[in-house]
Amino acid sequence: MSIEVKNVSKSFGDFVALEDVNVSIGSGQLTALLGPSGGGKSTLLRIIAGLESADSGSITIEGREATSLPPQKRNVGFVFQHYAAFKHLSVARNVAFGLEIRKRPKAEIKARVEELLELVHLSQFGHRLPAQLSGGQRQRMALARALAVEPSVLLLDEPFGALDAKVRKELRDWLRRLHDEVHVTTVFVTHDQEEALEVADQIVVINEGRVEQIGTPDELYDHPANEFVMSFLGEVTTLSGRLVRPHDVQMQTAPQVPEALEGQVSRMLRIGFEVRVTVLTTDGQEIVATMTRTQARSLGLAEGAPVWVSHLPGAEGVDVPAHGVLAAS
Amino acid sequence: MSALAPEADRPATRRRPARSTLTPASGLGLGIAVLWFSLLVLIPLCAVIVTAVDGGWQIFWATITNEQTFAAIRLTVLAAAAVTVVNAVMGTAIAWVLVRDRFWGRGVLEVLIDIPFALPTIVAGLVLLSLYGTDSPLGIDVANQPASVFLAYLFVTLPFVVRMVQPVLEELDTDVEEAASSLGASRLTTFRRVILPSLTPAIAAGSALSFARGVSEYGALVLLSGNLPFKTEVTSVRILGSVENNNLAAAASVATLLLVISLSVIVLLDVLQRRVSRRG
Repeated sequence: MSIEVKNVSKSFGDFVALEDVNVSIGSGQLTALLGPSGGGKSTLLRIIAGLESADSGSITIEGREATSLPPQKRNVGFVFQHYAAFKHLSVARNVAFGLEIRKRPKAEIKARVEELLELVHLSQFGHRLPAQLSGGQRQRMALARALAVEPSVLLLDEPFGALDAKVRKELRDWLRRLHDEVHVTTVFVTHDQEEALEVADQIVVINEGRVEQIGTPDELYDHPANEFVMSFLGEVTTLSGRLVRPHDVQMQTAPQVPEALEGQVSRMLRIGFEVRVTVLTTDGQEIVATMTRTQARSLGLAEGAPVWVSHLPGAEGVDVPAHGVLAAS
Repeated sequence: MSALAPEADRPATRRRPARSTLTPASGLGLGIAVLWFSLLVLIPLCAVIVTAVDGGWQIFWATITNEQTFAAIRLTVLAAAAVTVVNAVMGTAIAWVLVRDRFWGRGVLEVLIDIPFALPTIVAGLVLLSLYGTDSPLGIDVANQPASVFLAYLFVTLPFVVRMVQPVLEELDTDVEEAASSLGASRLTTFRRVILPSLTPAIAAGSALSFARGVSEYGALVLLSGNLPFKTEVTSVRILGSVENNNLAAAASVATLLLVISLSVIVLLDVLQRRVSRRG
């Protein structure tokens, strides 16, 4: 295990940011800390980096006890949401910063900086100032700067949070490919479940200072441990007291399965390739189902049409506790 | 990695050639600004230089090479330079404390910093005389000593660097410091290579103001220094002396030289600032 977090707790005044958190992160993996804002995921990342100290518990990095080590001695690379660029230094000097601190020979620094700028596709921008780069370019520069010191772990705090949707998606794919090339143990914080599902090998879901579930994207999506994980990872709808995915709702125009509920289509909304159908059942439940346009056509669905809805056999669901339903993300 | 290509080729900012963007309204504004500036600054400045030149080159040269005048200029410039160096260090330190530390009485200190701005300088002179004069309750007597000039300059120029550095320091992101420390930089290295370059323009601007203010000071030092020729007489006192002796050409000559010195210091600090903030 590359990073071992044991029984870590942290409070800011009355606010409990982390409560007895245990996480193991394997070498060479790309791990996402996923959760809603204010859930404690950034605090955990900052504690791993040494930028924040835990009230109790321990951190081990690459087998080395790091709990009381200052950030300078942890050999971690950290990438910030708002780039944290050294504004007065050129892009190349930004990347060289950690190597210059370590007093490496000039020629070695130059070669390494060139190699890194190549890696992050900024070779022709080395002489520019950070202010002359776009947001995505600045973040790639920050990534090169963090990688320059050959960190044992790379930590990214909402790295794409400040970028617009298109650049974000590009960088996300690029990060995945970069990780496959460089293979450094990487942990990134995100509140975007799509980002986590798409990029990560392993996802740690954190909410209200506690770890809700740890697993691969498939495990989390297919076997959510509780209703929070289920509803945070994707859309949900309630069907006869169970949380299910809208695409797992089976819709028929005649009663074919005994447990099917009778209802009426109350609303149909088309979003691109997908049709979102809202059904009001005769016992007063409102159920949302999604299907492709072709499916909706072949069923001849229209607002007001009578339908029977049931849970697709074999699909996952989570029982809703008596106190009610959590809001979907 | 073709997905990145369109974004990578697009620079975030592009330099535009400088060209006039004046609309009729802003043209009027510019006119008023220039007129105002001319009446208050440019015309009086020209008048001083014209008066100095009027007397002829010989009077100008004779005045500024006069031993007593030269001694006054030397004292003024050296004291102002020393004060500027002290202010650059202390002013930055005070600004740091005001911005980064939370302590009881911070609000009071914040207000007190501006007192040298608010106090009439002659009152400041009185205060300094009673504290550091012959009857000093602190046992520090600098009356009639060159040190009194230094002390008076220190008092009146204290706020400049503090007030220039403070807002810049407030705007500085702490994540930049965190980035430096996770890259292995010690606190001192982070300060020297990351924080200081960001502060340099503000420190330089504050220092320039502080130097210019020091050179022109009269009220705060006139009581404490005793105005002894060759010892504690500063240029402003010397100029007043010339005016009182009805020697306007000499007064204007000294004033012109002071102007040149102040201007060169301001330019020098600007050049220095540009070099330091690019080096890191």
